[in-house]
Amino acid sequence: MGTRTVIPFGPQHPALPEPIHLDLVLEDEKVVEAIPKIGFVHRGFEKLVEKMDFNELVYVADRICGICAFIHSMAYCQAVEAVMNVEVPPRAVFLRTIWSELARLSSHLLWLGFMADVMGFESLFMQSFRLREKIVDMLEEMTGGRIILGVCRVGGVRRDVTNDTLAGIVGRVKDLARDMRRLADVFLQDDSVKHRMVGVGMLTREQVADLGCVGPVMRASGISRDTRTLGYAAYGFVDFSPVVETAGDSYARCAVRIRELFQSVGIVEQAADKIPPGEVSVKVSGYPDGEYHSRCEQPRGEVIHYVKGDGTRYLQRYRVRTPTFANIPALVKMLQGCELADVPVLVLTIDPCISCTER
Amino acid sequence: MSVLGMTRTTMQNLFSRPSTRRYPTKVKEPHRTPKSRGRIQIDIEACIFCSACAKRCPTDAIIVSKPDKVWEIDRLRCCTCNACVEVCPKKCLDMDVRYTLPTVTKDKDIFKQAPRPPKPAEPASPAKPVNPPA
Repeated sequence: MGTRTVIPFGPQHPALPEPIHLDLVLEDEKVVEAIPKIGFVHRGFEKLVEKMDFNELVYVADRICGICAFIHSMAYCQAVEAVMNVEVPPRAVFLRTIWSELARLSSHLLWLGFMADVMGFESLFMQSFRLREKIVDMLEEMTGGRIILGVCRVGGVRRDVTNDTLAGIVGRVKDLARDMRRLADVFLQDDSVKHRMVGVGMLTREQVADLGCVGPVMRASGISRDTRTLGYAAYGFVDFSPVVETAGDSYARCAVRIRELFQSVGIVEQAADKIPPGEVSVKVSGYPDGEYHSRCEQPRGEVIHYVKGDGTRYLQRYRVRTPTFANIPALVKMLQGCELADVPVLVLTIDPCISCTER
Repeated sequence: MSVLGMTRTTMQNLFSRPSTRRYPTKVKEPHRTPKSRGRIQIDIEACIFCSACAKRCPTDAIIVSKPDKVWEIDRLRCCTCNACVEVCPKKCLDMDVRYTLPTVTKDKDIFKQAPRPPKPAEPASPAKPVNPPA
């Protein structure tokens, strides 16, 4: 047994997109224990319920995260709509679905880019970001925002999209799917990529269930659970099934995310095909009185927005449980016994979004 | 065994135009969609200083002074959410597709309405005949 050394990893590190600190206890090159610390980007969003009324809080929910912004605002709006018994027009519901899936495509391509960057595969990183840029341009064309879309509101959405624009977007997404297939082949078949990911960070089905993981981390270990199957927004009208892999290593998690890319393309296609005409927003009157848990599937896993109102303009309580928070215990488990050189890959493999986690 | 999976893409990229721009010298053209949220513009001459935009602004970036006929915006606070444009009764606010330029100072953009010439006095109307008391 060698001497134990503690190496600080983060909060500023080339491999990390966002600040998380890990104290790595090492024995030679092996990590024995990892102690995570978060709290570097806490912004106190939940406290803002005292200052902003429930309509203005949509802008806050939109800015919880810079990668999966739209799904946060959608989950918040769903919660308030459920409390106030607002019937959202069907066209708005389908538009929300399309934007969520495009946001998922953008997020997964971003993750693939970061993963390639961490492995030192610079050209693959650039290629992922080149594809992502096209998705972001599409979002800008439809909503006016590139990352923070700002189109959700309590009672519907703030902007409509013509059917011609939607048809054009579907065509472009299909073209993009061809490029994504070539990108995916590199991730799934290239030896240098496989060398870094196969067998790294194994989690069994039982461990994943015990640790309460969500999202691709859970589905890569063989548990078939996807919040979208609950049928919120327009997911009840489109045909899809959760993407599941059984290996439980980093490669399986990468494969889950890559297969979800093509699943999202399919959902966008189906939703654009079935979208009904009509209004996109209804007028909401009154104030929320009651409480609700809204659950949505983010690119990283299940997010829970809890809203409690007491019949006034201002909510009484607003709480967000983000997917990265649920996946950090899995990260700590994976890091035990790994090589020091694998730490960046393992941190990235849960797709950490620390800004979400700390809000 | 696959180590050359990236080669086809790499070769294509080698002989095609770069997808990035040399930023400070070449700025991205405004996107072709008129929906892009860049920055708020105001037609100050049409403004009635009703303060509806200031009340709706979630970041309190807009300050309106009716007596001074001044409309101010702090572009560093503005989150370009489009709420003020939607609520403006005179439609004098507008969302420009170009972004706010980078700045090194924390100045506000102040718009002041030019004083309007006094309305010409209406020609005196002929005095109405007073109905004689019945």
